[in-house]
Amino acid sequence: MSIEISGVSKSFGDFDALRDVDLTIPSGGLTALLGPSGGGKSTLLRIIAGLETADAGRVLIEGRDATELPAQKRNVGFVFQHYAAFKHMTVAKNVAFGLEIRKRPKDEIRRKVAELLELVHLDQFAHRLPAQLSGGQRQRMALARALAIEPSVLLLDEPFGALDAKVRKELRDWLRRLHDEVHVTTVFVTHDQEEALEVADEIVVINQGRIEQVGTPDQLYDAPANDFVMGFLGDVTRLGGRPIRPHDIEVHTTPVGEDPAEVHAGEVARLTRVGFEVRLLVLTVEGEETQVVLTRAEARAAGIDVGSRVWLRPHRGATTVSAVRAV
Amino acid sequence: MSTTNTLDRTSGVGLGIAMTWFSLLVLIPLSAVVFTAAGGGWDLFWRTVTGEQTAAAIRLTVGQAALVTVVNVVMGTLIAWVLVRDHFRGKALLEVLIDIPFALPTIVAGLVLLALYGKDSPLGIDVANQRSAVFLAFLFVTLPFVVRMVQPTLAELDKEVEEAAASLGASRVTTFRRVILPSIVPAITAGAALSFARGVSEYGSLVLLSGNLPFRTEVTSVRILSSIENNNLAGAAATATVLLVISLAVIVLLDVLQRRVSGRG
Repeated sequence: MSIEISGVSKSFGDFDALRDVDLTIPSGGLTALLGPSGGGKSTLLRIIAGLETADAGRVLIEGRDATELPAQKRNVGFVFQHYAAFKHMTVAKNVAFGLEIRKRPKDEIRRKVAELLELVHLDQFAHRLPAQLSGGQRQRMALARALAIEPSVLLLDEPFGALDAKVRKELRDWLRRLHDEVHVTTVFVTHDQEEALEVADEIVVINQGRIEQVGTPDQLYDAPANDFVMGFLGDVTRLGGRPIRPHDIEVHTTPVGEDPAEVHAGEVARLTRVGFEVRLLVLTVEGEETQVVLTRAEARAAGIDVGSRVWLRPHRGATTVSAVRAV
Repeated sequence: MSTTNTLDRTSGVGLGIAMTWFSLLVLIPLSAVVFTAAGGGWDLFWRTVTGEQTAAAIRLTVGQAALVTVVNVVMGTLIAWVLVRDHFRGKALLEVLIDIPFALPTIVAGLVLLALYGKDSPLGIDVANQRSAVFLAFLFVTLPFVVRMVQPTLAELDKEVEEAAASLGASRVTTFRRVILPSIVPAITAGAALSFARGVSEYGSLVLLSGNLPFRTEVTSVRILSSIENNNLAGAAATATVLLVISLAVIVLLDVLQRRVSGRG
C-alpha cells in the first residue's frame, strides 16, 4: 500500500480540520479526495506532502514512516491550484528545478526535461516564461515539474480549480490518460463530484474532518453509505420520506401498482424545461414536495403539464442509502 | 510585442503635460547646473574637480554612500523580511518608526545624532568630527529606502511558490537564493539606488556632527556650499556636475545589475 494514514488529527485554533482519520491509498491508483470546502481534504493532502504537520497520528509513504520527515525529504510531487510557478524561470528551468537540486548531470537533466515537456505537450514552449502561458499550460508545466523528481506519490490540490470550464474538462481527461501512461500513485483534491466520478479510480468522501465513505465511483453513486454522500454525489429529493434521486422516479398519469405504500399520488405544481430535461415539482397528497426529472420526450408523450394529476413510484433500480461499505 | 509609437489624442496630451512638468522641474535645472559649470571653462572645471580638497570631499561622499548602500541592502532586506513574515508585539510601532528618518527634518536628525553621539554622548560613543559621523548620518537617513521598497514585493510573494520549492527538495537557503531573491532583486536595487542618491546628496543630518573638516569629514554638499559662499558659482556647479554624473552612472549600473540577476533564474 502506497500511503497509509492512521489516527491523523489536525486543528487550526478552535477549528478541527481533521478528526482521527484512518485511510489507506493503494499503489498506482488515481484517488480523489472529495468533499465540500473546509471539510479537511486539502489539509489531509498537505499533511501527506509534509507542508502541514499533523497534531496526532502517523503517515506512511511506501511503507516508510514519513511523519517526522520534512517536505524536502518526502519525494512527493505537489501541484497547487494556482500553479505556484517560478515566475522568473523559463518553463524548462521550472521543470529542471528539482533535478538541479538533486545535482543530476547536465545531460541527464536536459534529456529528462525534454522528455517531460513532450509528455505534457509543452515542448515548443520550453523557453517561454510562465507569464506567457495560459492557465492550462501553466498547470501542465507544474505537473511536469512535479513529475521530474520521479515522486513516489503525486498530490494535486484542486488542480483545475482556477481554470475555466472548457479547459478544466480537457485537462481532466488528459490527467486520466496521463495517469494511465505514467502510473504514479496519484491523489487529487476536488470539491466537484463530477470531476471525481469521471477521473478517479477510487473516491474518498471527506466532510467535517471525517471520512464519510471510500469506494469506486460506482459504489459511491449506487450505494451511498449515508445521506451526506448521497446528497453530495448528485441531486436528491424525498419520496415517502426517503431520499431518492429525481431521475429515479417513475411518473404515471393513471393509478399504478399493487403496493399502495410504494405509490404516491400528487399534482404537478411547477414545470421547468432545461435543455433536454423537464423538471417537475410534484405536491403529493401526503403534503410532500418531490422533484422529478424526465426527458422532454417522456413529458410530451405523457402529456404532463402544470396541474396534471400524477402517480409517482421509485424506479426498480433506484439508488438508496445503504450501509454496505460504511467506514 | 507592438512597436507602434502612435498616440491617440488623450495620451498625447498626457505625455505632453508629463514632459513639460518633468522639464521644468528636472531637465532645465540640471542643464543649468551643467551649463554654469561649462561657463567657467574646461580649465576651471578640471582645476575644481581635481583640486585636492574637492576630490577628497567627492571620494568621502561617494565612498560612504556606497558603503551605506551595501549595509542597507542587507539590513533593509532583513528588516523587511521580519516585518512581512514575523508576527510580534510592537510590530505596528516598528512600522511607524521605520519612516521617521523620512519624516524628520534632516537638521533635526543632525541635532539628535549630535546629542547622542557627540562630545557629551550619554552612550559614551563620541564620533564627532570623525568619518564615522558621516557614515552614521547617511545610515540614519537612508534606512527606510530598501525596507520600504522590498516590503510590498515580499508581501506579494506567493507562499505556495516556496512550498513548491520545498516539495521539490530545495532547502530554505536554496529556496531563498533561487526563488525568493530573484523576485525581490528589482525592489532591492531600486531601494539601493534611492539610498545611494540620498546619501550623496545629504547635508542637514551630518553637518553638525561631522565638523566639516577639509580633507577629513567634509562632504561634497558642504564643499559646494562653501564654494558658493566664496562666490565661486562655476566651481560649485563643476562639483555638482561630477555628483550628477556619478549618481547617473550608479543608477544605470544598478539597473544593469538587476536585469542580469533577476533574469538569471
